[in-house]
Amino acid sequence: MGSSKDPGAWNPYLAGALSGLVSIGSVWFAGKYFGASTTFVRGAGFLEKYIDPAKVAKMEYFIKEKPIIDWQWMFVVGILIGSFIAASFSGSFRLQAIPDMWRERFGDNATKRGIVAFIGGIIAMFGARLADGCPSGHGLSGSIQLAVSGFVALACFFVGGIIITRLLYGGGERK
Amino acid sequence: MTTDLLYGLVTGILFGFLLQKGRVIRYDKQIGALRLLDMTIVKFMLSAIVVGMIGTYALVDLGLAKLSIKPMIVGAVVLGGLVFGVGWGLLGYCPGTSLGAVGEGRLDGLWGIAGMLAGAAIYAEAYPLMNATVLKWGDFGKITLPQVLGINHWLVILPIAIGSIFLFRWLEKKGL
Repeated sequence: MGSSKDPGAWNPYLAGALSGLVSIGSVWFAGKYFGASTTFVRGAGFLEKYIDPAKVAKMEYFIKEKPIIDWQWMFVVGILIGSFIAASFSGSFRLQAIPDMWRERFGDNATKRGIVAFIGGIIAMFGARLADGCPSGHGLSGSIQLAVSGFVALACFFVGGIIITRLLYGGGERK
Repeated sequence: MTTDLLYGLVTGILFGFLLQKGRVIRYDKQIGALRLLDMTIVKFMLSAIVVGMIGTYALVDLGLAKLSIKPMIVGAVVLGGLVFGVGWGLLGYCPGTSLGAVGEGRLDGLWGIAGMLAGAAIYAEAYPLMNATVLKWGDFGKITLPQVLGINHWLVILPIAIGSIFLFRWLEKKGL
């Protein structure tokens, strides 16, 4: 595990299994299942409240998912902190605006990458809210509860993703 | 309420730590999986799912936890899932991992986070329309696989666990 090229990496089976244990602990002690995308709704609600609080107060979706800081909000912030800690201690923190694979295919333009990431984010979040969950809420939490919606969502995430990456990168170039 | 927030923060830190250690929050790993070149995130997710499902159902059987199932609305889950997949393939991060990516210095994650906030705002505008249409197409309610099959949950968990181990062995043999 771990090479000089990628310091501090753990076996993905081990890191995954430990994440499974963390999710069990969360269900046991806090009664909470992992999720992330609702936090983006609350975040958007917060921002819009600065512009037009009266409108936000009347919108059905922000009444359903109120702009408040809750368990999941802190969970999502925690992911950033935890990742930063792990990356810092293992020396794998690296400021990078263009991922290696992207650069190889689309070149050295950070704005181009930023625009596609932004548009991708819009589409991804619209889909996640429509499906009522993301790979955390549906994929992980849904699947560990054997929810039909979780398995179906997870399959659809991959189908959609495989199709678009095939269009972006082309197929059949496995090495 | 405050304990709730503290639990959330600590759980998130642990999860973020493991996501980074497992190398699953990187664009190259997420897109690598969607291009069927590198199955690191599949190994990570499936390991977490198998361990998680055993533990969760053990807790439920012991009366220590309750399930919290999302409804199976065919229109919403299938369409939303496919749309999410397209966005995911463009962004290369999912909502949770985008934060983790920023945590290890991947600045393009910030563009993704901004996009996802905008996407949430757009969805909030579209919600009344969605609620009248897609969110009503094929609502089967909060169903689980054991309920549908009419069998004990352990008879579902065991084959998934065994199947996962065979899949892992196959992935390792193929060097994916």
